[in-house]
Amino acid sequence: MTAIDPHASPAAGSGAGGTRLVVENLTVATTKSSAEVVQDVTISVAAGEVLGVVGESGSGKTTLGLAMIGHTRRGLRIASGSVRLDGQDLMTLSADELRELRGSAMAYVPQDPGTALNPARRIGPQMREALTAHDRSKEDADARIVELLTEVGLASVPNVLSSYPHQLSGGQQQRVAIAMAFACRPSLIVLDEPTTGLDVTTQRTVLETVKRLCAEYGVAAVYVSHDVMVVGELADRVAVVYSGRVIELGTTDEVFRAPQHPYTRGLLRAVPSPDRSGRLVGMDGVPPRPGMRPPGCAFEPRCPVRVERCATERPALVQAGVAGTADHSARCWLVGEVAAREPASVMVTEIEPAAVVAGATDPVLRVDELTAHYGVRQVLFGINVAVPPNQCVAVVGESGSGKTTLARCIAGLHTTWEGDVRYTGEALTPGIRHRSKEALRGVQYVFQNPYASLNPRRTIGALVSQPLEQFTSLRRRDREQKIVEAIRSVSLPDEMLGRYPDQLSGGERQRVAIARALVVSPTLLICDEVTSALDVSVQAAVVEMLRRLQGEQGLSMLFITHNLALVRSIAQQVIVMSVGRIVESGPVEAVLGNPQAEYTQRLIEDVPKFSDVGSGTAGF
Amino acid sequence: MTTVEQPAAAAPVLVAVPHPIRRLLIERTLYGILTLFIVSILVFAATELLPGDAARAVLGHNATPIQLHNLQVQLGLDRPAVVQYWSWLSGLLHGDLGKSLANGESVSTLLAGRILNSAVLVVLAGFFGTVIGVALGLFTAIRRDKFIDHTLSVISLGVTALPEFVIALGFLFVFSTNVFHAFPAVSLIPPGSPPWQSPSLLVLPVAALVVVIVPYIYRMMRAATIEALESEYVEMARLKGLPRTGVLLRHALPNAIAPTIQAIGLSFLYLAGGIVLIEVVFAYPGIGFTLDQAVQNRDIPIIQFIVLLLATFYIFMNIVTDVIALIATPRRRVPR
Amino acid sequence: MSAVAEAPVAPPEPSAGPRVRRFEWAHTLWAAAKTLRGAIGLVVTLFVIAVGAIGPFIAPHDPNAFVTLPYAPPNAVAKLGGDSLGRDVYSRVLDGGWQILIMAALATAIGVGLGAAAGVSAAYLPGWRDNIIMRFVDVILAFPQLVFALLLVSVVGPKNWLLVIAVGLSHAPQVARVIRSAALDVSERDFVKAVAITGVPPWKVMNREILPNLVTPLMVETGLRMTYSIVIMAGLSFLGFGLQPPSPNWGSMIKDGQGGLTLNPWAMLAPAIMLAILCIGLNTYTDAVTRSALGVDRAEKFALTEVMSATETGSA
Repeated sequence: MTAIDPHASPAAGSGAGGTRLVVENLTVATTKSSAEVVQDVTISVAAGEVLGVVGESGSGKTTLGLAMIGHTRRGLRIASGSVRLDGQDLMTLSADELRELRGSAMAYVPQDPGTALNPARRIGPQMREALTAHDRSKEDADARIVELLTEVGLASVPNVLSSYPHQLSGGQQQRVAIAMAFACRPSLIVLDEPTTGLDVTTQRTVLETVKRLCAEYGVAAVYVSHDVMVVGELADRVAVVYSGRVIELGTTDEVFRAPQHPYTRGLLRAVPSPDRSGRLVGMDGVPPRPGMRPPGCAFEPRCPVRVERCATERPALVQAGVAGTADHSARCWLVGEVAAREPASVMVTEIEPAAVVAGATDPVLRVDELTAHYGVRQVLFGINVAVPPNQCVAVVGESGSGKTTLARCIAGLHTTWEGDVRYTGEALTPGIRHRSKEALRGVQYVFQNPYASLNPRRTIGALVSQPLEQFTSLRRRDREQKIVEAIRSVSLPDEMLGRYPDQLSGGERQRVAIARALVVSPTLLICDEVTSALDVSVQAAVVEMLRRLQGEQGLSMLFITHNLALVRSIAQQVIVMSVGRIVESGPVEAVLGNPQAEYTQRLIEDVPKFSDVGSGTAGF
Repeated sequence: MTTVEQPAAAAPVLVAVPHPIRRLLIERTLYGILTLFIVSILVFAATELLPGDAARAVLGHNATPIQLHNLQVQLGLDRPAVVQYWSWLSGLLHGDLGKSLANGESVSTLLAGRILNSAVLVVLAGFFGTVIGVALGLFTAIRRDKFIDHTLSVISLGVTALPEFVIALGFLFVFSTNVFHAFPAVSLIPPGSPPWQSPSLLVLPVAALVVVIVPYIYRMMRAATIEALESEYVEMARLKGLPRTGVLLRHALPNAIAPTIQAIGLSFLYLAGGIVLIEVVFAYPGIGFTLDQAVQNRDIPIIQFIVLLLATFYIFMNIVTDVIALIATPRRRVPR
Repeated sequence: MSAVAEAPVAPPEPSAGPRVRRFEWAHTLWAAAKTLRGAIGLVVTLFVIAVGAIGPFIAPHDPNAFVTLPYAPPNAVAKLGGDSLGRDVYSRVLDGGWQILIMAALATAIGVGLGAAAGVSAAYLPGWRDNIIMRFVDVILAFPQLVFALLLVSVVGPKNWLLVIAVGLSHAPQVARVIRSAALDVSERDFVKAVAITGVPPWKVMNREILPNLVTPLMVETGLRMTYSIVIMAGLSFLGFGLQPPSPNWGSMIKDGQGGLTLNPWAMLAPAIMLAILCIGLNTYTDAVTRSALGVDRAEKFALTEVMSATETGSA
């Protein structure tokens, strides 16, 4: 059995620039029910090339990424197809042979290094075993480790090797994982969303490290992610995955500049970018689960340009794009005609400029010199905010900036703070106990995690009714009427009222939470990272819905987010926070277009955006 | 629009706790002493609630009021409760444990040998129980969902359910009185001789105790090992290409140890409670058997002392277990 | 605005849990009864309960009458022979269950009721109340359950009502620990806070938001405590501090029978077997209920943390 020599340098493989990985008709199914999580995927990756695999949650992209190194998680198996690395079919290898290749010829960088590094062992031994498991001597291994640390930029961090994983920051942990992956100079690396949960700045550092090392080592890299912008910046070629199938494939330039598949187009419209100021357009509906796909195209139920054929016949991957350009294919019967057929409703339109409220109308919320503590540690240092009526103020910052703490102080969830907080003139106390009923009703709060903010034991109707029971003395019939109105205003059907939360998707749950907050007609709505747990297309729909509701109901909003790119699509004013202080604030256009503070400038620069993709393309 | 200097990119640094082990020890010990103090009050109050009965218990029904009164004075039962408590407690701390009401002997002479006997049982049962439980747990974790795993799981479910004395009697029935006659039915260790000189008397009680604690240890070891084997860091280790045994030993086990240690500590606590019934079944002269007799005779000083001893053992084992578990969990003891 | 019901593939919240319905607890009990373990456990338990309930009425002899020789082997008069005083073992076994069952049930109710109230309050009410409750808990937990009951019995004497209270009290701390830990989890969740910040009073929050989400741990605890109650009651009776003679109960019968093992093993075996299968059946069914409510792996963890919570001396 000719095993791949794990020590051979990459150039000795199929030739620099040659194809390293060939995946053909790969299908991964569950062991119990044979539902196909990944269906009939054919891709190849060349040495020195980065292939981005983009998909939303449940698309099967992680399963695909793992299958590329011949690995499946518990409950899954590779049902058919082949995965060839440097010519050798991984499916034909024995478990021992596969194990030898793992870590040496093919490597994996996990999504969450915090859980992927053994918490009970120090970093040094964990890095060393990545090498000694593949026949390096201890001395060679140690020397190589020193090299690697320099390459990933950890050489200056003291005592990395003798630390336990929890003693390093998220970014540092991730760089350790990257170092381990590159240790044996593999032919193939699969990176699974390695920047999830990292700050924008840290993310930028990690991405640059990855880019640099991939180029230096000439490795074939597969970058799996749900973050479209990140993939756009990093990858040379992109594969878009929907419901287990590759529905578009091509160079990043091509796919982002002229996407052919309706889903890709919808996805790109839903992605916020700080250099775009249009409305975000979401996509209704959810992808089909494995085993429950319709006979035809998986996207058909949600597709704005579908025709009869789409429902019955599964499309094949066909050449798309202008004749003569490099490979760009899409899995659609209407390739080439999609742009022409799209209805106006899915187009991106500009947001009407906010009615600038001139003069000194009293702000709905005024915060003066707010300082807050967690125990003895101070987390907010003299914050000043003013939210005018009918306006949305976005509060942007990275983790640890104090933006969520600010929101919680105002809402009464966090009680150790001092300062002057006034809601329409009334002073708000730190806890909710002594606030007036009017204040409790007028300031409503929507939580970040839609999976935790609804009592699983109560129906949607009961959940939305609860604030009405608390704040009004309406009779049952009147309450029901209000509840129905509330549900309809968040674009959910009436039948929803009888269901329980676990029957709803994340986006639907968040809409219910918003309905619950709005049913008592508050004056100020505080949204705390309400879309962070949602997929991009769902996020777009929810953000757009909030924007519409704000206009319709004359609400003021305090919109907390870490995603700078979202700000333009919903807010008129923005406040940028860092480590408990306000760095910059002002109208959105001014701050984003002409940032004064260095922190803001850096933040805007570090955020992946459309203008960074490929050759600097704008929207489409 | 104020500008700030470079913000820290990393998450806020947690305040490091210096010497977490030492601090835990001190905290728990102080706290344990406080609990013991309250327990001693409880024990004293409970047993001394009806002082009249103590004297009556000693003298019997035919005691005349004068005799009762004299004995009460002699025993100090006529003093106010708080004074009695204090004199009892200070006596305890000085090593004076009082005299047994049943036969007038000093509690300490009576109990010294019996404490040793029970201690031997607990140590032996704890040792064998741990070894067997850990081995079974590891074994079934690797062979998860196979036939042997299911069988052992069902058996252990049945065994856990049974009262200890039923298990002990089961052993008695099978190995001593009715089926085989391999071991004696009562474990009458000659007073004054250490228990290890009569090994055949130890076998059945120890075996019964082992059967009582093995299921817990085995289940915990199994669950902790499985959780470690299914963790992401073990998956990552496999994806790095490490061999199977290496993965098991160096990645899974270190993480499975902490919860198992706690289970082992808990088992010692169960043993402390279990010896009462098991010693009674085998008439084994330990503190459990003595406690039973003392309660029957209303021999209050003995009851007080044994209960307090058990409570102290409990609290001590808790502290030891928590400290060992902390040592085994670097995440909690090494600061950022 | 389609809303195709979809189970999220990767929800951040790990315990999205099974479908929720009204009377979910009944569905869980029934689902458990349909599994192999559950069915066997339930059938066995019900059988023993039936014996305990109906037994006294079908016993051939008065359980306290002397009908044969002491420790006589099984004969025409006494199907399972005689006990130490020559009473009919068979009749005594039939009559010996109901008291233990009823007293165990009462003690369980007391223990779970008190413990749950203490646990939820400790979890939800602020600061010092948690501390005080848990300190009480720690003190009672400083001895083994049996010893605690023995202590009380040695004071007041083996009265039935005292036994029920003593055993119930000894359960309460352990239940409080487990329920407190579960209630802490629940009260940390956003939906409780969402209701609390609208100004709803704490007792209402505990009742309507927290308690309904504790159905599963409560069910499981009740099952477990019931098993322990039976074991401890039987143990106390075995030692002679439980239900008093001459009334027959399995615990004291076992003790009584131990003396005559070589003469008539049935005097000890019959009550021991009844007790054993009751305990095994109940424990097996409770285990099946836990699995059907939580899924196998989480059930295993729950069972172990339940056991483990007894070792912590501090609050979570």
